[in-house]
Amino acid sequence: MPETSAEGTGTIEALSLVPKAEARQSMKDFKSDQEVRWCPGCGDYAILAAVQGFMPELGLAKENIVFVSGIGCSSRFPYYMNTYGMHSIHGRAPAIATGLASSRRDLSVWVVTGDGDALSIGGNHLIHALRRNVNLKILLFNNRIYGLTKGQYSPTSEVGKITKSTPMGSLDAPFNPVSLAIGAEASFVARTVDSDRKHLTQVLREAAAHKGTALIEIYQNCNIFNDGAFEVLKDKQQAEEAVIRLEHGQPIRFGTDGARGVVRDAQTGDLKVVTVTPENESQILVHDARSASPTTAFALSRLADPDTLHHTPIGVFRSAERPVYDTQMSEQLDTAIEQNGKGDLAALLAGGDTWTVVG
Amino acid sequence: MTSQVSSPAEQADEAVVGEQRKPAGTKDVRRLDRVIIRFAGDSGDGMQLTGDRFTSETASFGNDLSTLPNFPAEIRAPAGTLPGVSSFQLHFADHDILTPGDAPNVLVAMNPAALKANIGDLPRGAEIIVNTDEFTKRAMQKVGYEASPLEDGSLDGYSVHPVPLTTLTVEALKEFDLTRKEAERSKNMFALGLLSWMYHRPTEGTEKFLTSKFAKKPAIAAANIAAFRAGWNFGETTEDFAVSYEIAPATTAFPVGTYRNISGNLALSYGLIAASRQADLPLFLGSYPITPASDILHELSKHKNFGVRTFQAEDEIAGIGAALGAAFGGSLGVTTTSGPGVALKSETIGLAVSLELPLLVIDIQRGGPSTGLPTKTEQADLLQAMFGRNGEAPVPIVAPCTPADCFDAALEAARIALTYRTPVMLLSDGYLANGSEPWRIPELDELPDLTVQFAQGPNHTLQDGSEVFWPYKRDPHTLARPWAIPGTPGLEHRIGGIEKEDGTGNISYSPANHDFMVRTRQAKIDGIQVPDLEVDDPHEAKTLVLGWGSTYGPITAAVRRLRKAGESIAQAHLRHLNPFPRNLGVVLGRYEKVVIPEMNLGQLATLVRAKYLVDAHSYNQVNGMPFKAEQLAKALKEAIDA
Repeated sequence: MPETSAEGTGTIEALSLVPKAEARQSMKDFKSDQEVRWCPGCGDYAILAAVQGFMPELGLAKENIVFVSGIGCSSRFPYYMNTYGMHSIHGRAPAIATGLASSRRDLSVWVVTGDGDALSIGGNHLIHALRRNVNLKILLFNNRIYGLTKGQYSPTSEVGKITKSTPMGSLDAPFNPVSLAIGAEASFVARTVDSDRKHLTQVLREAAAHKGTALIEIYQNCNIFNDGAFEVLKDKQQAEEAVIRLEHGQPIRFGTDGARGVVRDAQTGDLKVVTVTPENESQILVHDARSASPTTAFALSRLADPDTLHHTPIGVFRSAERPVYDTQMSEQLDTAIEQNGKGDLAALLAGGDTWTVVG
Repeated sequence: MTSQVSSPAEQADEAVVGEQRKPAGTKDVRRLDRVIIRFAGDSGDGMQLTGDRFTSETASFGNDLSTLPNFPAEIRAPAGTLPGVSSFQLHFADHDILTPGDAPNVLVAMNPAALKANIGDLPRGAEIIVNTDEFTKRAMQKVGYEASPLEDGSLDGYSVHPVPLTTLTVEALKEFDLTRKEAERSKNMFALGLLSWMYHRPTEGTEKFLTSKFAKKPAIAAANIAAFRAGWNFGETTEDFAVSYEIAPATTAFPVGTYRNISGNLALSYGLIAASRQADLPLFLGSYPITPASDILHELSKHKNFGVRTFQAEDEIAGIGAALGAAFGGSLGVTTTSGPGVALKSETIGLAVSLELPLLVIDIQRGGPSTGLPTKTEQADLLQAMFGRNGEAPVPIVAPCTPADCFDAALEAARIALTYRTPVMLLSDGYLANGSEPWRIPELDELPDLTVQFAQGPNHTLQDGSEVFWPYKRDPHTLARPWAIPGTPGLEHRIGGIEKEDGTGNISYSPANHDFMVRTRQAKIDGIQVPDLEVDDPHEAKTLVLGWGSTYGPITAAVRRLRKAGESIAQAHLRHLNPFPRNLGVVLGRYEKVVIPEMNLGQLATLVRAKYLVDAHSYNQVNGMPFKAEQLAKALKEAIDA
């Protein structure tokens, strides 16, 4: 867990260039004067409250925080944050945020997106932001449905989903956003659930401290078009067997009294869920989010059944150190000045080959 | 004779590199006022490099010049075929010229394909220098020559110089430790040396260039220099070249100043860096590689010591998205592309219209639709620039008229974007981008002041007396909204593509507000201050020729021809396509006839007819090449007489 202090983020290296707030902040400092217009009961409310509640902990000057979003229900988010914000166009928020973050390293830049925005129309920008490792924190609200266009299936909907556009069931296999992100060379990937404020806040905390792009998939309930999509992960009894809580450095165990665990299959090298016994207890995988290799994090992301969501890991899958794009971009500018001196426009325009016409 | 040289190794001695060679003076020298040379060969023959070098020599000599590179889209099209021919045309003169010239006086044909592809453009009597080594039976058959054109009398009307360029080059380099194939590669430098002798070009620049280009391969540098000198000496020695030519510097054509040769894309890149300096804003380029715009990305990426950030994006949309994001953060945001890229960027341009942030969208137009003709020129994106977005989304349009003018056009586009907080389209094209001409290097204090004032504090007082910041409260004169960048305390605000309430910028679906905002955005663009259109009309003509963009050179050359022939014609050229200059309607009304030549099917004509109800006559060419002055003069004459 990253350290925080009353003074704010003095110890968080990832935010060292972002000015600190002069006074202590509270949640209401981050509420804008705009009326929130999500449907009553939408999971977005909980996420908004969690983010607004978490921001004071960072202690950043709020004028140096920017929320950028695309299009969709979740993308209204910036209007409700009393920071700088841009509600852009469908799918393009990671690209816009990349330009902002790489030209302004004194900003804390957050992207808010949804499963359609990030994974359908904006899939290209998402994967490239992740591979570049720009200093962005991406909150991907996944409700497995298109809400704003009133209920078509999304790229994370389960196969066979009956919706307005798929009366006989959807045909396309869903993306697993965590697998996708790890495959796209993401340096930080986590999953959390809208209703678990404590867990959500902890994941935000770790993402904020991460240097580079952080992707947080947030399972979010759309109570109008896909109500109960994550109920199995929320219902206390079912969740015991369905949810695998990942904690760095801890054995991956879940179920009643930790009766179940994750081991590596000696034959295939893949991961599998077993009932923990005294014989196999020593083989239970210890979660290593910091591992340079993404292999095990990817294998963890494949444990969940896309239909039933059984064995869904939540928490930080991967949090690895990798060069950060905007840092390196700035370093190249500094190096260029060291090597060639600060740009001299007159010399540039003149070039090497000139001739003079005299009167 | 070859007294300067005793052996190839000595020839390439670095100590003598850069020495100016002078003809020995044993041959006739004729004075010419202008020459058009075309170098043509296979895509891999180095014709663009040869042309570039001849151009540099010519520029440093002080001639006026204009160039036309013409090459296939394929990097290495099949060798020896007609589609694989790459050429470089250069027009240079002792006076002010406007175009790369209609018809070459001299063709250098490195192979049968180059001869066949270009012979049709040559007037009778033109000189042809052919590389006879490449005229093998097989090579000739490949392009459909049944008999050798060098022997069947088909070139009788021309002055043909058969030169075994390959053999001579290999012979000149025999003392170098090179394979035959490696040695053959220097034949373009042999040709360059020969032409440099013929036209008394200064040679030291080319020798220095070769030394530095091949700094890491000194043997290759030495071989190329040796081939270059051998070509020069061959001209000096051989009987076949009895005459050499002098074209005096164009001293009277140019205003006093220091000059250099510059291509459109280079001038545009420098214009962007200059705009960044004059605005005191960091430059951010978001771009995706596309012909013929990529050279701007390449150039700007070399100048990080000017604080220039270049971002090679994953696609066209991300290129403009990142530029817009940077603009939100207070950078001078730029995206560079060609027509297909503009199509992809349309939605983001619309967002920039709605956000009212400054942004430069540079379209180096090429042949379309779709992939079209990537390496050829066209100006058929005007209506796309004007209307290619959903909703009412007006965007100012600026067009440079010559390669060097791309510098000023970039500054002008930046001025409009920064003053009015709007995306601006700059329409260059392939001809301007790759063509070059002399440019008077401006003094820095001649450059416009583009400094901007970011919003610093509240700009509005509510009824209860409290001071607030309204992101859409406009400047009453320019209608520009404040530019409040993140990091400014107290001005936290949210903007987006949804319709905004006038003033507050909050989401608004109010019918009356939307109507007001649509009209206000349009009024802002319509109100942009642009200079009046200047008309060149010395004889009170009845016919006006109106152009825009890269047709300036050919149109002006055609107008000169007509006036020389005693015709009266007025000429005007538009730099601003949106908004048009205030006086355009009045100007058009003064003439009985208005002719608009364009490299499209009449896009400016459509705009002019719609806006001013003028029965403008459209003259069009969409063959991927610039207009020829003679053809245009004929068309204008017909219009005058009609």
